[in-house]
Amino acid sequence: MEKPSSIVEFDSVGLRYGTGAEVLRDLDFRLGRGNFYFLTGPSGAGKTSLLKLLYLAQRPTRGRIRLFGEELSEAPRDALPAFRRRIGVVFQDFRLVRHLSAFDNVALPLRIAGRSEAEIEGPVREMLAWVGLSDRAGARPPTLSGGEQQRVAIARAVISQPELLVADEPTGNVDAEMAQRLLHLFTALNRLGTTVLVATHDLGLIGATPGAQLVRLEQGALVDPTGALRNPPVRP
Amino acid sequence: MMLGWLFASPPERRLLPGGRFSGPTPFVIAIMTFVILIVTAAGLALANAAAVVRSGIEHRYTVQLPPGAPLAAALARARAVPGVRDVEAVPETEMRRTLEQWLGPAGAAGDLPVPALLTLDLAPGADAAAIGRRIAQQVPGARFLAHGEALGPLLRSLGALKWLALGLVALMTIATSAAVVLAARGALDTHRATIEIMHGIGATDLQVTRLFQRKIALDALTGSISGGAAAALVLVLLGGGAAVAELAGRPPLGSRDLLLLALLPFVIAGLATWVARTAVLAALRRSP
Repeated sequence: MEKPSSIVEFDSVGLRYGTGAEVLRDLDFRLGRGNFYFLTGPSGAGKTSLLKLLYLAQRPTRGRIRLFGEELSEAPRDALPAFRRRIGVVFQDFRLVRHLSAFDNVALPLRIAGRSEAEIEGPVREMLAWVGLSDRAGARPPTLSGGEQQRVAIARAVISQPELLVADEPTGNVDAEMAQRLLHLFTALNRLGTTVLVATHDLGLIGATPGAQLVRLEQGALVDPTGALRNPPVRP
Repeated sequence: MMLGWLFASPPERRLLPGGRFSGPTPFVIAIMTFVILIVTAAGLALANAAAVVRSGIEHRYTVQLPPGAPLAAALARARAVPGVRDVEAVPETEMRRTLEQWLGPAGAAGDLPVPALLTLDLAPGADAAAIGRRIAQQVPGARFLAHGEALGPLLRSLGALKWLALGLVALMTIATSAAVVLAARGALDTHRATIEIMHGIGATDLQVTRLFQRKIALDALTGSISGGAAAALVLVLLGGGAAVAELAGRPPLGSRDLLLLALLPFVIAGLATWVARTAVLAALRRSP
């Protein structure tokens, strides 16, 4: 079966926490499969809430969300893990398991997916080398610097070559050189077919990624004056 | 393999830090198992004793002859009544010996009048009331007494104690389950961050549950076997069944009872594991 051209579809999506005001409202957009997006907007605009909807940590209070061609707004809880395994997430606060080594943290998605230890060892070592942490494989997160933790978090997010990569300020804790290396990693993954959405304030990062599209949020609503996000051009 | 989940790989074990025996769960389960086994053993011993006593007196009756009634004639008439399997006169010396136990030397004195008694064993299924009436006709003034009536209060007490033991076992089982639920919830709270991360990267509720289930199963097994061993030691060393053995005239616990007692720690560990699994799954399904 042919994969749909949109990997993410939001139709009239709204989100509120408890009885508070809507933090996201009337979101209508599609993310084309294989594209690279930057999510921008001022602090408090709802970027993190939007990412939570994307990586299925939150359900919308109204509207419809389709991921990978499947309607997931009201999908049963048991159906979600299979979709989460197709999404790589880099959290702003890293969310590493504090008592596991860097190696075990990076290996976690593969182990959860049921890969054998023989299948895990090589790719994890390779990924740690890629993010410059070969010599820190046995270190636990509390002994790593913020930048090192960020790189472990990124390695964990991309180790299973997800179809959709969602990153919340992934370069916020690394120096400019490492930020460039990480961006290259994201673009390399993107070239392999992964759809990438990076929430960032870093204009330099956006400027250094030709062909990337902007998704801008302001006060919980999408700024889409050209309508390109509603009907994204299909990548050749 | 059915019990394969008990043998996690080292990476899986690393996910939930803190070795076994770090919390109170094994100790609580050991204490509960100890008490459950002692109470169960007592209940079984009492039930066995009651069964032995009941079977011994079920068809046994006493005929108390009126003063002056000829014992030999009464014996012959009673033996002739249909449904009477065996009749024996209770020797006066035996009765005086019994009285002496209760009343002291005065009980054995010859001037204390004792009634003449016959002991009857009825055939199974015989109509005791009809036989009683027949004996009353044959030996006017004789009283026909069922042993079961005399020992009824004792048997009822033994029965009540048996049910009390069963009730206590049920209560202890509920308390053990409650302790396991609390332990499971505590473990979930302790590892909340790890669980959220695992869920975030695609772990299913069952995968998360297996980690806790394994840890609690090992804790429960350790606790229940320790408690069971301690209970066995106490039962053997203190000879807790000696009084019951004396009452019943045989060992208080049969081989089936001993097998049941030996299996109980494993049943308790299994129950604790099932309760933990159910509690963890329910808690995870309530989370977002």
